[in-house]
Amino acid sequence: MAKLLDKRLVVVTGKGGVGKTTVAAALGLLAARAGKRTIVAEVSEQEHLPALFGRSGAGHREVEISPGLYGLSIDPARAKEEWLRHQLRSSTLAGMLGNSRIFQYLTAAAPGVDELVTIGRIWDLAQLERHVGGTRTYDLAIVDAPATGHGVALLRAPRTYAAIARVGPIARQAGRIHEFIADHARTGVVAVALPEEMPVNETIDLGERLRAEMGMALDAILVNAVYPERFDTAEAKRLAAVNGRGPAAVRPALESALSELRRVRGQRAEVARLRRAADAPVRTLPFLFEPELGAAEVDRLSRELERRL
Amino acid sequence: MIADWLERKEVVVCAGAGGVGKTTTAAAIALGMAARGRKVAVLTIDPAKRLANALGLPELGNEEARVAADVDGELWAMMLDAKRTFDELIEWHAPDAATRDAVLGNRIYRELSSAVAGSQEYMAMEKLHELHQEGRYDLLVLDTPPTRHALDFIDAPKQLAAFIDSRALQFFTAPGRLGLKVFGRGTGVVFSVMKRATGIDLLQDLSDFFRSFGGMTEGFRDRAERVNALLGDSRTAFVLVTSPRRDSIEEAAFFWHRLREADLPFAGVVANRVNRADGPADRAELERLLGEPLARKVLRTYEDDRRLAERDRRNLTELRRRLGRKPMLEVPNLDHEVHDLGGLREMCAYLFPVSRAGAPQTGAE
Repeated sequence: MAKLLDKRLVVVTGKGGVGKTTVAAALGLLAARAGKRTIVAEVSEQEHLPALFGRSGAGHREVEISPGLYGLSIDPARAKEEWLRHQLRSSTLAGMLGNSRIFQYLTAAAPGVDELVTIGRIWDLAQLERHVGGTRTYDLAIVDAPATGHGVALLRAPRTYAAIARVGPIARQAGRIHEFIADHARTGVVAVALPEEMPVNETIDLGERLRAEMGMALDAILVNAVYPERFDTAEAKRLAAVNGRGPAAVRPALESALSELRRVRGQRAEVARLRRAADAPVRTLPFLFEPELGAAEVDRLSRELERRL
Repeated sequence: MIADWLERKEVVVCAGAGGVGKTTTAAAIALGMAARGRKVAVLTIDPAKRLANALGLPELGNEEARVAADVDGELWAMMLDAKRTFDELIEWHAPDAATRDAVLGNRIYRELSSAVAGSQEYMAMEKLHELHQEGRYDLLVLDTPPTRHALDFIDAPKQLAAFIDSRALQFFTAPGRLGLKVFGRGTGVVFSVMKRATGIDLLQDLSDFFRSFGGMTEGFRDRAERVNALLGDSRTAFVLVTSPRRDSIEEAAFFWHRLREADLPFAGVVANRVNRADGPADRAELERLLGEPLARKVLRTYEDDRRLAERDRRNLTELRRRLGRKPMLEVPNLDHEVHDLGGLREMCAYLFPVSRAGAPQTGAE
């Protein structure tokens, strides 16, 4: 996995609610600890990363949230303005076009524009020479991408636009971004899953879609929130044997242990199924019983990642 | 219980963030209402294959399928296929075969109609409206698309109508070279700058696309307005699905505000995967029963559960407070997954609890 963090761009995707942001943050922290200046980009008006580190968000601005680790939440409207300014090499013209109602309507209605400018901005973060939004360069950019389906749409946007535009500046730039994303040496994709049926199915589908639609492969699958196996076989038998026989004061505790055993069994089966179906390495991350996740938990996950990747 | 929320309702929209159990909640509501004698259709998007199988759904299709559930009413289900619904709409609105073929064959339409951001959302609404018009069901339950913007689907019809009315479309659909004459010199400058930014081919193709689309705009706008009206109708109910985790609670509260702003009929909240636990366990009894090492592990497990239960209680209390004590139903964090009719019935037991008045229990076999 050292190889994964040696890329310029790592895309973290997966079904909604699986913990993409937490995993993206843990990967970022791991890279930063290894001495890489790293930025984690959130998209689609999401901004959960700063809160994980106990800070308030700065939106579209790139800010350091932990030593060597930066974050921003890409705002498509701002990204569009930046792109226009860069494109027209004139903020007057860019302002005029940006304020034109026709242009606004058109870019609001023309499908995929937000995705295109968002992925363009992400691409720029991963370049050794920046074009828009700043001059600070990063060793690694990590994107906390939208849920599976929208995540693939985000990655596919440049190719779609390159095909539609055929020639001209958009075709040229979109083609370059697509080339970068599809280049396995420079861009990696990590799928985050839960050890449950639907997230496992989506992860398998995601691998297939990436291959079919983008000619890309997953670099790793991280199964998040895997329960600990606290009881060995003999203990599990013992618990099953006393089930329901204990006095009322211990029954909820016994039921809780048995329930966890059932959950662990279901999870183990799903992880095994994922391992059989996936053609990327599958690694697990522990379920954390802390009621809310913060910097300490992200740090713990980053150390788990360090050991397992 | 949910049956009370849905009295005299004809449409239920289940909304919420991704991963909170919208699909299973929608299916369980549909099953529970079918068990109460209603003829119900659940419209879902990409459910887990086993859930699809349990519901008797084919792999993918825009057609309703009857679910073989032992209920007093009828349970039907269908999966939404946005691209196909879009194609069907074009076929329906196109004034003639030439226009239809021009749109369906347009490069931009083909590239984008399946990947369009927002199209899935709009098409779900569109299909809902169509089925409601046909009036073949007592109740339609919609599982909304798993979008990060939980509200895209509410805005989709309005946005489409606004775009159709906008000058952008007129700009492209007006006769003459890209409608330059319509807007005079100001637009000419805008156009030339736009050309510099995007390239002429793209503009030309977009222009062709919108021009062939032009003859259908009236029909589309009319339809979008009616879809919008259906969402705000008193026969519609929005059910907010959430998990008790803090991020889901935040999204649910945000979502509720948007519903209220848009004056949409809100029925209540379903909180899924709620951890529950009782009071502290008796350590001495546990040790007597299991021996010290095992008792310690069990206690540890139970204490972990209790902490999560405490968090969930706190978070849901906060959500209740923020929503002004709207009705809320809780489904516990089951230790197995819901992927068949049996699992859905188990959920129904929480969504349709047996009342003291002796309301029928769900899905008796």
